[in-house]
Amino acid sequence: MDFIFSPWPWYVSGPLIGLMVPVMLYIGNKPFGVSATLRSVCSMCVPINADLYRKNDWKNDIWNLVFLVGILIGGIIAGNFMNDGNPVLLGEATVERLTSMGITDFNTLLPQEIFNWDELFTLRTFIITIIGGFFVGFGARYAGGCTSGHAIMGLSLFQLASLIAVIGFFIGGLLMSYFILPTILTL
Amino acid sequence: MRYAKFLMLGISFGILLIKAEVVSWFRIQEMFLFDAFHMYGVIGSAIAVGAISIQLIKKFNLKSIEGEPIVLNPKPLKKVGNLVGGICFGFGWALTGACPAPLFAITGAGYSIMILAIIGATIGTFVYGLVEKHLPS
Repeated sequence: MDFIFSPWPWYVSGPLIGLMVPVMLYIGNKPFGVSATLRSVCSMCVPINADLYRKNDWKNDIWNLVFLVGILIGGIIAGNFMNDGNPVLLGEATVERLTSMGITDFNTLLPQEIFNWDELFTLRTFIITIIGGFFVGFGARYAGGCTSGHAIMGLSLFQLASLIAVIGFFIGGLLMSYFILPTILTL
Repeated sequence: MRYAKFLMLGISFGILLIKAEVVSWFRIQEMFLFDAFHMYGVIGSAIAVGAISIQLIKKFNLKSIEGEPIVLNPKPLKKVGNLVGGICFGFGWALTGACPAPLFAITGAGYSIMILAIIGATIGTFVYGLVEKHLPS
């Protein structure tokens, strides 16, 4: 029963995530993707029409809102009942680098020094959660998709748009992790 | 009931994201620092399975559960948007340690502060909708 509680290696979890592509096509005839659902959230919550979201658009997209709720429930199930409580086994260089940047608690999935309601009013937690989230939402729509829609679905279809977007993801991520994040963590 | 299948698939995906540890901020830093193969293995093998599945669907003209031909619409190419939007997304991915699906899975897993990142991502989507016309595509 160990496999229920311990993390799954990439060669188990990766192919299973890849199966989302054919299963989504089979059960719903829909492309696999997640970030477009945030448009439906906007169309539900915001009384403004833009080309990207209109007031009643979400009624046609209930299926992907339900999919999103499912992801949240899956997180509740796996996070609470399928968890061995051990820290993530990280590469040594990562631990060393993050330690030098002031991160000391490696026991959970996220560093508690940052992702903690007590830190809510510190500049770095504000930047990392809210501004970080803003970039995720804004960037996904400008790029036309996220890791699911572009990296997994898009590259599975050998699309040039997705290749360019994924190269962009890595340019942005590398610049942030190497050069900008160390400064943000000192705030 | 017509949505139950999407709920089940979402639950499976959420569980997978947690079990694969791709929701971990630490794993994302490790990926961008090229310090472990884990994330590349997960994403690479997912793409391999996705690509093979799509080739099989095309080759055998497989139908959806409703008996319809499967629709594979290509995403439009927008060179500036794909690249610049992608870079913005990368900034956000490295800051929050999560892309859109993991944001929801990790919030469910008990890291309630990530609701802030979900709100941020919704605001980001909203603002993109407002300025879309003025940005080069």
